[in-house]
Amino acid sequence: MVTFQFVPYYEIEDLGSARRVKKLIDIVKQNKIVLLQGRLKKEEETDLIAIAMEEVKGKFKGIELAVINPEEKGQNGMKKMRNNFFNMVLGDRQGLTIIGPASVVKDIKKDPTKIELLTSEVRRR
Amino acid sequence: MGTLFLNRKLFIPKPKKDNLTVKSGVYMIGALKNLINKFLRNLFKKKKDIKLGLYGPPNGGKTTLANRICKDWLGEDMGEVSNIAHETREIQIKEQISIKSKGRELDFNLVDTPGIATKIDYEEFVRAGMKEKEAKQRAKEATKGIIDAIKWLDEMDAVIIVLDATKDPYTQVNITIVGNLQARKIPVLIVANKSDLKKADIKKVQAAYPQYNVIGISAKYGQNIEKFYEALFEIAA
Repeated sequence: MVTFQFVPYYEIEDLGSARRVKKLIDIVKQNKIVLLQGRLKKEEETDLIAIAMEEVKGKFKGIELAVINPEEKGQNGMKKMRNNFFNMVLGDRQGLTIIGPASVVKDIKKDPTKIELLTSEVRRR
Repeated sequence: MGTLFLNRKLFIPKPKKDNLTVKSGVYMIGALKNLINKFLRNLFKKKKDIKLGLYGPPNGGKTTLANRICKDWLGEDMGEVSNIAHETREIQIKEQISIKSKGRELDFNLVDTPGIATKIDYEEFVRAGMKEKEAKQRAKEATKGIIDAIKWLDEMDAVIIVLDATKDPYTQVNITIVGNLQARKIPVLIVANKSDLKKADIKKVQAAYPQYNVIGISAKYGQNIEKFYEALFEIAA
């Protein structure tokens, strides 16, 4: 069974960078896949990778990470302006960040219209 | 310069209202002094101490490119290369490399970094033919290498991101590295390596990062290396 945990942006909004990252890593270490509303700051994304590496031990082998950002591709003119406006108002609330334990999520493939989560097969006796 | 200016602003205490004129004079002199110092330091840094970092996912060819640069300009290799990922697990620095192109000269220290990944599984090394103990040690060193590579991001003056042109350029690790450098205002050159392979798709890498200069090369065989050196002047000079 794969468990997803939704983390609304307001839950991390008032936390400092280190506590944000720790909160997310703690959830992932419980073998859950985090669906974070919005995205982390760019520096926090690299911190997340560094902290995940510090935590690699035993069954925890790191993370799989994907950020789906509406501003990424295929925008021009009015659409871009509209998105810039939303970015200004909403800050990092836009988009979706998926973080899963590498032992559960083998790969995350994304394209503009779909996200594919390749999970590892869990065998039960 | 933007970041330095921001830092300067943060460290200077605000003057009180009662003796505003005197204190703002001191404040301005201090600020000017700081600005001149930083300008001189930067000027010095640009001439002598440019740190040029090689970043990217594992097995993109960072060390092969480092070896190519060192061989071309110093006549010696920089590090070992291997088909098994995470061969480079420590930061390696080659100092005082001087390259020349079209009558210009560029001096820099080359910093080869371990490949950045979000996961390390020692079993992958075992599958590649290593013994378990050796594989576990390699995994341990690789995780430390990734942490070090991330820590070193702040030290870089310019970065070459080395991507394997036969692979999907749009992975989250690549996007995170590029985004991070962009946020730190560090100049970036993207190299789409392994252009000698049939599967290499330089245009796909260029399409993934349209805001950057992407040069297709083969570090192993030296294909298009002259164009690469020219592009290096653009970001580091």
